[in-house]
Amino acid sequence: MNHRWDFASVLDNTDALLAGAAGTLRIFAICIVAGLALGLVIGLGRTSQRRWIHWPASAFVEFFRNTPVLVQILWFYFALPMLVPFSINPLGAAALGISLNSAAFTAEIVRGGIQSIDPGQWDGARAIGMGWGQAMRRIILPQALKRMTPALTNRAIEIFKMSTLASTVAYVELLQQGKLIASINYNPIEAYTAVAVIFFIVLWPMVQATYALERRLRRDE
Amino acid sequence: MTILRAVGLSKSFGTNAVLRGLDLDVKQGERIAILGASGSGKSTLLRCLNFMEMPTAGTIELDGRVLGRAHPTGRVYQERELIAVRQRVGMVFQQFNLFPHMTALGNVMEGLRTVKRLPKVEAMAQATAQLARVGLSEKADHYPAHLSGGQKQRVAIARALAMEPALLLFDEPTSALDPELVGEVLGVIHALAEEGRTMLLVTHELGFAYHVATRVIFLADGTIHETGTPDEVLKNPHQERTRAFLASHMRYSL
Amino acid sequence: MYRWDFTPVLANWPLLAQGLVNTLKVTSTSLVFGLALGLVLALLRLSPRPVLSWPAGFVIEVFRTTPPLVQLFWFFFALPLLIGVEMTPFIAAVVTLSIQSAAFFAEVFRGGIVSIERGQWEAAKAVGMDRRQTLHRIVLPQAVKRMIPAFMERSIELMKTTTLVATISYADLLFAANEISQKTFRPLETLTVAALIYFVVIFAFSLAMRQVERRLAVTGETTVRR
Repeated sequence: MNHRWDFASVLDNTDALLAGAAGTLRIFAICIVAGLALGLVIGLGRTSQRRWIHWPASAFVEFFRNTPVLVQILWFYFALPMLVPFSINPLGAAALGISLNSAAFTAEIVRGGIQSIDPGQWDGARAIGMGWGQAMRRIILPQALKRMTPALTNRAIEIFKMSTLASTVAYVELLQQGKLIASINYNPIEAYTAVAVIFFIVLWPMVQATYALERRLRRDE
Repeated sequence: MTILRAVGLSKSFGTNAVLRGLDLDVKQGERIAILGASGSGKSTLLRCLNFMEMPTAGTIELDGRVLGRAHPTGRVYQERELIAVRQRVGMVFQQFNLFPHMTALGNVMEGLRTVKRLPKVEAMAQATAQLARVGLSEKADHYPAHLSGGQKQRVAIARALAMEPALLLFDEPTSALDPELVGEVLGVIHALAEEGRTMLLVTHELGFAYHVATRVIFLADGTIHETGTPDEVLKNPHQERTRAFLASHMRYSL
Repeated sequence: MYRWDFTPVLANWPLLAQGLVNTLKVTSTSLVFGLALGLVLALLRLSPRPVLSWPAGFVIEVFRTTPPLVQLFWFFFALPLLIGVEMTPFIAAVVTLSIQSAAFFAEVFRGGIVSIERGQWEAAKAVGMDRRQTLHRIVLPQAVKRMIPAFMERSIELMKTTTLVATISYADLLFAANEISQKTFRPLETLTVAALIYFVVIFAFSLAMRQVERRLAVTGETTVRR
């Protein structure tokens, strides 16, 4: 290897990287909350017997799971403004795309979790006079959530990684700052390596936690 | 006084007609044992009586009131009405169906807190009393995973009793238990019978049925094939099918 | 009210078609290399010798824990400077996606192989087979059947991930759509059409995958999910 690694040029730009980190965290937080909340609602909708609830929920899930996130982000950024009277900023477009996509995946996790609960639990709950809402809230969801945790943590990790897609619409997050540093200092090797290392350091503990959760779940079952 | 009455009760699953126009009267204080081969509709009958399954045809009266509204395509029931029914008609399941994420006490308290909306202190007091009645006071803080089958079923019975139902439905309460644990559960049911509780008991424990029941019903082909006192049905059945059923059950006796 | 007009988009359908072809080219090439590399990585990872399993583990973890877009940029912008090779968008795309998908496939392989009960290994050893023979004749054939649904799921993910290559100017479907929308000033119609094309292709594959799963379930095979 003939290249002389020089990370000084990257370290000089730590403030740019920090701004990127803040941006990454911001979009991560928005998409986690929106994606999980919406995913829970739509997942519940998928378990409904009523067609007018079940069908739209299923259509949503199928569409947003089977189209690439990047296409959705670009659509929200370039196409949606043609239809609505207000403008969409990069954060809005990227957050919309990633959140809706995550909601679709989360909905499936929720549906799977709920349907994996022994039907006898519904029997036990209804037999003492609980309605659907009470049975869900007190009996089914508490048990299902435990099973969904590894998959949901996985989703969170995916969302964190997807934040980099926001750079395609010039949202200020880590990769976007990496591009900036690389173009100013002509050091793409160090710049992109640094970005990769940062992501690895942040995500590695989360990934290990997911493995641990999965192992514990398998043991408990 | 009749607590529950089913008239012309029918239930089909798709093309499979399990209950065919069954009539049943349950008076206060009666203990009715329900016998029959598998597939004869015993469980389905019980599950229709507290609307865990919806009847395909026929009516059910509780406390003299016919439930549901008539409708061209079949009777229509409001969820609110059914919730009220299930508080009057309790059920104990073959597979217990305890809530694994709650302690024994938590399980018994759950209906009181969430359905009857009692304050925590009062719910806990009542639940503790019920657990004592089934002899499990010292297991109040144990989770179902740490209870034996017999203990789990006794907690399930306490959970049903906590709602103070007028009628108790037992759906093969001991069929999933190891033989040596059956006795402790039957003991509890026997005690409830002595108190004068109204109950319907689907069971294969013929000896127990003989001693506890006031009436015995034999189900076949979705209707009541034979009915009478325990002496009549279990010792001297009239119908050939009843005889055959009892014979197959008592092939090897001591 | 916005007036929809699809004619400029449809007039450019050859560009879109070529984009779709290129998308499928990248997907299939990366899939083939990814599967092969994934199997190699899995076997290395399962090796009892640390000198083999540790590097494999490292590669797998790095490529699963870093965002694919960062990997793509690294391979396209950084690697050429590092080792002095010319890197076309296609090559960078295939290299990145092959290794990235290989890392995930490796875990599916590993899960599938590990899920075969020890009894199979022991029976093979008792008959006198060595590790390689056991793997080849006994374990892998059984494992592969279980892994099929997970593979199909991963392949669908791969198809979706290829859209990233538009960012390094590879002329895939998304890139073509972007070009056309800028040319025709009709981003709404163009991107909607692109989204629908992606949906139809991926959904069709998704349905095919579910059919296969259903068929496997009927024969009583259990499956590995990751």
